[in-house]
Amino acid sequence: MYDAVNTEQSVQQTETKISARNVQVYYGDTHAIKDVDVDIADKTVTAFIGPSGCGKSTFLRCLNRMNDTIDICRVEGRIELDGEDIYDPKVDPVQLRAKVGMVFQKPNPFPKSIYDNIAYGPRIHGMARNKAELDEIVERALRRGAIWDEVKDRLDAPGTGLSGGQQQRLCIARAVATEPEVLLMDEPCSALDPIATAQVEELIDELRQNYSVVIVTHSMQQAARVSQKTAFFHLGNLVEFGDTSQIFTNPEDPRTESYITGRIG
Amino acid sequence: MPVFWLALIVLALAAIGYVTGRARALSSGGGNIRNLHSLPAYYGWHVALMVLVPAFAIMVVWLLVQPVMVNGSVSGGLPEGAVAEDTTLDLVMSDVRRVAEGLDAAVASGGMTPEEAQSSTIDLDGLRDRLGAVGVALGSEVSPEILNAAQSYRGLTATGRFWMTLVVLLAAIGGFVFAMRRTRADFRARNVVESGIRALLLGAASIAILTTIGIVLSLVFNTIEFFRLYPAADFFFGLTWSPSFGGGSELGILPLLWGTFYISLIALAVAVPIGLFAAIYLSEYAGPKVRAVAKPLLEVLAGIPTIVYGLFALLTVGPLLLGIFGDEGLGWMQAGTAVMTAGVVMGIMLIPFVSSLSDDIINAVPQAMRDGSYGLGATRSETIRQVVLPAALPGIVGAILLAASRAIGETMIVVLGAGAAARLSLNPFDAMTTVTAKIVSQLTGDADFASPEALVAFALGMTLFIVTLGLNVLALYIVRKYREQYE
Ligand SMILES: Nc1ncnc2c1ncn2[C@@H]1O[C@H](COP(=O)(O)OP(=O)(O)OP(=O)(O)O)[C@@H](O)[C@H]1O
Ligand SMILES: [Mg+2]
Repeated sequence: MYDAVNTEQSVQQTETKISARNVQVYYGDTHAIKDVDVDIADKTVTAFIGPSGCGKSTFLRCLNRMNDTIDICRVEGRIELDGEDIYDPKVDPVQLRAKVGMVFQKPNPFPKSIYDNIAYGPRIHGMARNKAELDEIVERALRRGAIWDEVKDRLDAPGTGLSGGQQQRLCIARAVATEPEVLLMDEPCSALDPIATAQVEELIDELRQNYSVVIVTHSMQQAARVSQKTAFFHLGNLVEFGDTSQIFTNPEDPRTESYITGRIG
Repeated sequence: MPVFWLALIVLALAAIGYVTGRARALSSGGGNIRNLHSLPAYYGWHVALMVLVPAFAIMVVWLLVQPVMVNGSVSGGLPEGAVAEDTTLDLVMSDVRRVAEGLDAAVASGGMTPEEAQSSTIDLDGLRDRLGAVGVALGSEVSPEILNAAQSYRGLTATGRFWMTLVVLLAAIGGFVFAMRRTRADFRARNVVESGIRALLLGAASIAILTTIGIVLSLVFNTIEFFRLYPAADFFFGLTWSPSFGGGSELGILPLLWGTFYISLIALAVAVPIGLFAAIYLSEYAGPKVRAVAKPLLEVLAGIPTIVYGLFALLTVGPLLLGIFGDEGLGWMQAGTAVMTAGVVMGIMLIPFVSSLSDDIINAVPQAMRDGSYGLGATRSETIRQVVLPAALPGIVGAILLAASRAIGETMIVVLGAGAAARLSLNPFDAMTTVTAKIVSQLTGDADFASPEALVAFALGMTLFIVTLGLNVLALYIVRKYREQYE
């Protein structure tokens, strides 16, 4: 159905990085995520697709406990990272988030210089021993975020002064700079032109060599291009989860088929 | 006719105008709202505004101007000898007004006929008692000149009132007729009402601004008067403050400015860290339940009158500090009233001010900013130090400057907590005083109002005004600059 469906079926059978069982999320009385079971494999790109408001961002935020910052949000069920329950009281959410990085749906650069935006994470985690090393980390992150050429001459300019798409790439670079083991990306290309999109997709593909990436996207083509696994959410339920090629060519659930062919959503 | 009734009649006319204007518009549109340019209520409002605005404007202006005119004309008519050696024209005129008031009251209570009150043959000897009986006590017997002036005062006032009533009513009716004639289906009542409302709001704003200008001008004129009597250089650079009402005062502002500055500095040193940390705790750490209790409690602190803080300084903090730093303790402090006492208490007063302003500013930092930092694995305090505070810093600086200008203007705590000695000293346990406290003491003494000892209060006030104005402008500028960042 899609020519762009990922042809390289080289999905190595790797171990599970994150496993979620029976996850429920409530915002006050609203039941936003219902009974979701999902296994996110290491060194794999997993795409979350589904109509707006179906709970993709909510579920994504469960994976690094960002929902803790929302007072009314309650998460139930079991989510394990490398076999360890991340909602266990012993787990430090701060360390968890250093391992499971996140790019947010809305770009949120800090009101600091471009350089300081990128250096923020590495500084906090003591990743650089000196200025030269930090410079190197910043440049590498900006290059991977496909924004180096645009900002290399104005690293001291405020990050908030960039265009929407540039801010989005800055936030991607910022998240990559801390070298997380899992990267959660919430619609990272929503404001990008095709060239920047292609560059970000290249980055995702590169990250897959070492890390596991979860990407939320509204573009079916993008999901098909970059991911090996796809999860389709609908009204808070995980309707279907499987190999991307199979979901896009031969979905089991009629709702999945309607969605990817553009009939619902 | 009393003003109250006049106002009521105009209001009633406006109400009638609303109803008839609305009805007329409807009927001219053939009863169909869609034929009208505006909604029917706008036609009603148009008529009502046309009745109200000119009538009330005339009334207000008339009420303000008439007493001045009457006063002028009566005092101009006073005979040569009416102002005796030992009084002034102002005092005589206030006697005249009082007698006139007394006559009014006597007529109103039925103790005197209107004709008798205006007759020149009225019995002068019993007049003081008769006026006293209706509640208007006079300082001396009424002289014929004063009675005469009072009678002409009454006459002029009555005439003025009559004409005012007439003109106001005419204006109201004129507005009514004019507006009704304009009311047709295609008349743009909505636009007219819109500009009417604009004019109303503009009026309110200009009254606020004009009063401010008036206050400033009165300060300026009195200050100029002061500098005519006392050299400005001695005032601004003098190191001693020792007013003596017999003359030969030294009125140097520096000891007072130093006291003000020193006390404010201590107050800010207390208020800023505590207030800021409280704000950070409340906005970033406290759960919703704690916040729901703690925020109102802090705001109660802000509602305590400063005189109560003054008592607290005098009765609690002063003795407490004296126990530690006084002769029994470290021996630095002579009495409970000191810069430290006033500064600490003023700091306590400013805590809720700083904390509630900073809390608002910290809350205005978008949650997305914090999320971004948490998402990179930062802790709460790292996020606050490196993201939230830098983003909120300009606003917080603005809040601190506003707090400073409050500290500078504070009086009661200083009067009760810091003592009254004007002194240039570095020891925070010495008694000192501030500009505001001295303004009070200069004006409440028995000095002649025209002497430099009293007029200096205006120069002090003017200096203070300029300092706090500068601080406020700076604060507003910084706060505004900060706002632009997120919008
Ligand atoms: N902070 C919140 N408070 C209350 N309800 C929320 C909150 N965030 C999300 N929701 C609700 O949870 C549901 C899922 O929202 P979510 O943001 O996860 O959707 P989404 O799939 O990411 O949508 P989109 O594609 O538009 O980003 C929605 O019904 C939304 O109204
Ligand atoms: Mg979303």
